This record gives sequence, structure tokens and C-alpha cells, in this order.
Amino acid sequence: MVQRSFGIVLIMSAALAACGGGDEGRDISGANTDFQTTLIERLIDAQAGDVIDIPAGVYSFDRSLSLTVDGVTIRGAGMDETILSFANQTSGAEGLLVTASNFTIEDIAIEDTRGDALKVNEGENIIIRRVRTEWTNGPDTNNGAYGIYPVQTTNTLIEGAVAIGASDAGIYVGQSRNVIVRDSRAEYNVAGIEIENTIGADVYNNVATNNTGGILVFNMPNLPQPGYGTRVYNNEVFENNTGNFGHPGTPVASVPAGSGVVINSNDQVEVFNNDIRDHRTANIIISSVYSAGYSDLSAQDDFDPYPETIWISGNTLGEGGGNPDNVELQALRVMMFGLTGNIPDVLWDGFANADLMVDGEMPTQYRICLDNGDAQLLNVDGPNGYSDPHIVEDAACSHDRLAEIVLPF
Amino acid sequence: MRVLIPVLTLTLAACGGEVSTPTFHAEGRPALLSEWEMVSTAGGHLTLSEGVEPFELITPLFTDHAGKLRTIWMPEGLSATYSNDDVFDFPVGTVITKTFYYPVDEAGNVLRGDAGLQVSDTPETLDLDRVRLIETRLLIHREAGWVALPYVWNEDESDARLMRAGYTETLTLAEADGSFREINYLVPNVNQCAGCHATNNTTRELSPIGPAARHLNRDYDYARGAQNQLLHFIATGYLTDVPEIDLVPRAALWTDPDISLAERARSYLDINCAHCHNPVGAADTSGLHLNIDAEEGPNTGICKPPIAAGPGSGGHRFDIVPGEPDESIFIYRLNSRQGDIMMPELGRSLIHEEGVELIRNWIAEMDGSCF
Repeated sequence: MVQRSFGIVLIMSAALAACGGGDEGRDISGANTDFQTTLIERLIDAQAGDVIDIPAGVYSFDRSLSLTVDGVTIRGAGMDETILSFANQTSGAEGLLVTASNFTIEDIAIEDTRGDALKVNEGENIIIRRVRTEWTNGPDTNNGAYGIYPVQTTNTLIEGAVAIGASDAGIYVGQSRNVIVRDSRAEYNVAGIEIENTIGADVYNNVATNNTGGILVFNMPNLPQPGYGTRVYNNEVFENNTGNFGHPGTPVASVPAGSGVVINSNDQVEVFNNDIRDHRTANIIISSVYSAGYSDLSAQDDFDPYPETIWISGNTLGEGGGNPDNVELQALRVMMFGLTGNIPDVLWDGFANADLMVDGEMPTQYRICLDNGDAQLLNVDGPNGYSDPHIVEDAACSHDRLAEIVLPF
Repeated sequence: MRVLIPVLTLTLAACGGEVSTPTFHAEGRPALLSEWEMVSTAGGHLTLSEGVEPFELITPLFTDHAGKLRTIWMPEGLSATYSNDDVFDFPVGTVITKTFYYPVDEAGNVLRGDAGLQVSDTPETLDLDRVRLIETRLLIHREAGWVALPYVWNEDESDARLMRAGYTETLTLAEADGSFREINYLVPNVNQCAGCHATNNTTRELSPIGPAARHLNRDYDYARGAQNQLLHFIATGYLTDVPEIDLVPRAALWTDPDISLAERARSYLDINCAHCHNPVGAADTSGLHLNIDAEEGPNTGICKPPIAAGPGSGGHRFDIVPGEPDESIFIYRLNSRQGDIMMPELGRSLIHEEGVELIRNWIAEMDGSCF
């Protein structure tokens, strides 16, 4: 096992570019403050099958809302009509916390929460539809971490959602099973859409733009389940070049600006038929947590830090890698590809599990397969101190197709 | 503003020598605390009804320096079953109360309720001239499980009214050194009660947190004299199947300098954090487990990267960096009052400075590094 890494790839100065914010947020001086107690009581008294309708309007809250009853629907009059504003929040770690199953929320906006906007912590059959989460002041390190945040859920559909301004991830699905994220838009977050430690996710027909990183598929150590089996397809991922305004120390704070799709320590990931373009660092990055600066001391013993069984195919890959947000990568770009050259479309930190190798070769079933026109795979040779960065010549291969995610509703 | 309550027909316990009998409401949500007849105020004192037994925890949860009078009551003939590690198995009908109060000074400021100030000349009571009652929370064990109900005391302290949607009040805490601190006291709403008491976030069944063997294994100054609480519960018929008292685990008293820092720190983290930070709790999503029996390593925070801490990272890369408290997320989050940063997320508006100091000293004495 590699004991440590110096992490030039992903450890970076961008974390220092903490954005101070600039725009003023929504003016809520005329917002309805009387509704808070009413809504809290309706959430407490809710019964399975209830629909809590919230008419159009701007409602101001000074504390978190929470729902603990299964089978409830919260429905607004539209993501630009029914607005729950937490700009005056003084207590609570999120806007709306749901610990319940068979939950639907739709046609509503949650704005300017102190912490996360919408968190669903454990539950089955979760539908988040046409919900907007936004920090209306624009990208700012002081914004809350997550916009739409289901964690430890089974059967989750996020569709038609909009997530803007999160200081971590706009749409973040963690430690879940059977997930679809589609037809949604993530903009001006550090991570646009992030699938983490999740088993079985389809991410398609989304737009991720103006984030620091567009779509992330991560595994972190010390969690109850490692993730695998994510398909990222038919998405438009472009111009994710916003300076990293994440909180230093958080995993996403190490994502360089200008990252299109990032796969970190996750397995069985297919990235296909996406339109990925105009990323200053690279259109696609494949890496290990070692490159995020963590050693084995930071992980439970059975954690697998290596990205394996990755398949990149059929994407339309535009301009990328012309101006990496990382000093060492800049130097590497110039050294290998010349002053006006570009980092290839797919950047890999090179960490691989030596225990899986047979005769010094990684068996095809675990490899990074790049079968995408003339796109190239650059191995920056992280395990050897970045001493021998090189284009991987025989990257074309394929894996068994992952099954489509089917939800029971 | 305090809550105003219409004049009531109270059972005037302890007034005419008449002792009220507790009532278990098997269903419904009584609007007034007096309907339970667990505690009552008359003659200038808050007193406990017949069979309502007070108890204390060795190391308690920090709640903005509030004083807490905890009680337990079970219907006639019923008893709880001892467990070595978990909260006791309480019979249906059990009612646990926790009354939050502050001692008061002559200017009307509140004082620390957890500083050992004498709040009554009679054990098992509170002198209403010396304290201000804030709220009484009930945990009721019904057929379908535990139910939590928060009652807020009215201004004349004659009764407390159910406030299911929660309640906030600003208090001024006068410290012993002459300084003042503002408390934004939050009475949790019913769902927020579950935020701590649903210690298993999968079943989401509510449960008491404190009444476990290790937390109760200490003396209490009962009206009839000091006695170990577990022995007292055995004597009152409230507890069965207890092993020899010498074999019962005992939590470390967090302030006891004769106990190692590590034991005290883990005891403090156990009672303050483990209701969420346990392998099946609401914060298992973080992978950080602070239950007393969690094995030391990344999952107890050592060199553990944050998962979804957001601003809670404070620019630090690990929950605990051995020897470096100021580089540890633990200290940053304990030392914050901001909703998206502070830990615990609920239940305090002040920083527990003495608690932070304990955790700081514990981390400072740890050997090792994260690389």
C-alpha cells in the first residue's frame, strides 16, 4: 500500500481562492414570517398520505424545519413561486431535514439556508422534483454546504431540480442505493452534481456548468458502504471553471477549477454520450483519495482507494486542459505538450492496486477503458512522485454494461 | 415573553399534606404539565409526586449551563430491566421528566445551573425563589413506543404548557467573574426531540439516552439520605436483574482530575455526541462514531477526513490531529455557536468552554500524526 502521496494533482492552491461573494441576495423584507409556526405544526401533525400545499409566496424562517412522518408530500406552486427563505435563520443545521420514507417534495424553492438546504437522512422512495435550492448571493464560501442532499436513501429520484451556489455540492447523493438524477441543472456550486459512496446511480440529461467541478463520482473512506455502479450519460457538462470556493479541508476543496467529470476512488463507472467541453484543467479526471492528500492512516483497513473498472466512451469532448488550475499541472502541460498545448481529455493520477495485477498488467476487468475517438489518457504517475507522466497507449477496451437503474415508482 | 396560562384547577400537591398521584396518559397530548401529576409547584417549591424518583447522570449533556432535575416514574408494580451497556428496558407506562431551570440573581439574570449552587434547602425539590423554571420535557413510554412532549413553564410558575412547535427565549447569564453571556434558549419542537432521542435513525424509535447503568452508577442525595442510584432503584422496585454493584460499569466524571483525560474525554463525547454519532445514529452518515465502546481509530475521529462537514471543517483536514487541537475539526466545531458549524447541532447556544478545554487537552496529549 502506498503510505502517502504528495498530491500535486488535486491538492491545490484554489482552495485559497475563497470567494468573498459579491451579489446581494434576495430581499426578504416583505416576506411572510407568520407562516413559520403554522408550517412547523403541519409538519409535526402530518399523517401518511398528507399533501402539505404551500401557496405561492416568499416565506421567511429563523430555524430549521423537520419532517419525521412517512408518506408525506410537500408541494409548492413552482420553484420560482413558492420560496422558503432562510436568510434570517438563527438556529439549525439545515433548511428542511427529512427523516422519513415515501417522501415527495416538488415545485418549491429553498433559499439562503445557514447550512444544507434540503437534507433527507435515511429513507426509501424519495422524490425530489422541480425543487430549486439556491444561495441567492452567488458563489460564496460562507454559503451552506449542500443544496439537495439525500443520504443513506434507497430509491431516489431527483428530476427537474435546480441547484445554485452551494459551497460544497449542489446536488449530492451520499451512501445511497438505486438513484436517478436527471433533467436537472447545477450551476455555480463547487461540485455541480456529486454521487458519493452510492451503489447504483444513473445521472443523465443534466446540465452542469459554471461549477468548479461538473459531475463527481466519489468514494470516501470510513463510511458504512463503498459505492460502485454509476452511469453518467447524455449530460451537458461545460465551462465548469468557477474558482474553488469550498471550505479548505473538505474533500471538494481539492478539486481544481475547470474539472468536467471527476471519478475519485470509485469503481464501475461508465461515462458515455456526454457533451463535455471547455474545462481549463481537464474534461475528465480519474483519481484516488491518495491524490487528495490522504494516507492509509485516514481510512479504515478495508477501504479501496483505487478507481477501477472505469469506461469512458462515446462522449463529445471539446476544448479542455489548456490552463490547469494547478501549478504542477501547468508545468507538466508545458513540458509535455508545449506552451500552447493541452492536457489530454482524460487525466489519471496513476494510482492502481498492485495486488490486482497479473504479470505486471492490470487485468482488463479492472482497467480504465477509454474508447472515445481520439481522446487520450494521461497517466501523471502519482505513485512515483510524478516522475514519469505518460500517455497510456493501449487504453481502448470495454467492460460489461451496467444495468439501467429502475425505480419502483 | 413567557407563556401565559389561564388560571387552573391544580392539584395542590404538598400543600395540604395531600400528595398527588402521577397519571400515565396512554394516549393524547395533555395541554398542561399538571395533567401528568409528576411534578408540581406550590408553596414556593417544585416538588415531586409520590413514586417520582429523581436521578442524575455522572457526566451530563451540556445544555447552556441549565440545571436539570430528572425524574422517573413507573406504574405500580412495574420495573425496568437492567442492561450492562444500553439504556434500561423500561416498561410501558414509564414517564421520565427533565425540568430545565436556572438559578437567578437579584437583578433577574440567570446563573449557571450546572455549577453546584444550592437551589433548595430540601432535597428533591427546587426553591422557586432561587430558580427560574424554563421547561419540563417528558418522555412517555406508550404501547407504540416512546413519545416526547415539551412543556414550557408559565410566568408565575404555576404550570407548564405543551409547546409542540418549540419556543425560543433570550436569557442573560451572569457569570461568576462578573461577565454576562446571552443565551438564545431553544425549547425543541417535537420533531427536534427526535433529532436526539431517535438514537437509531433506521427504526427512528425514540428512546431515553441517560438512564443507562454507566451514567447512573453514582450516589444521589435523596430526602432520606445519600445512596447509590441503582441500589435506590432496586429498593424502590424500579429496577431488576442488576448484577453485583461492583460489576456495574461507571462512566468517567468529566471533571474528575483523578481520571485520565482519555477516559474523561470519551465519557464527555459519549453523552454529548453519541446519540447521533453511533453506528446506527443520524450521524452515521459521517462515519464518526463517538459511542463509548467505539474502537479508537479513523472512525473515532483520529486522522479522519470530514465527509459532509462543509463549513464545519474550519479549514482543517482531519477531525483529530494527534497533538494538534487547533488543527482538529473537533475543537473548531465545539468552539462554534454558528448553526452550520457547531456540534452538537441542537441543544446549546453557548460554547461549553470547560468541555472544549477537556477535549483540547485530550487531543494535545495524543501521540502520532496523520502522515
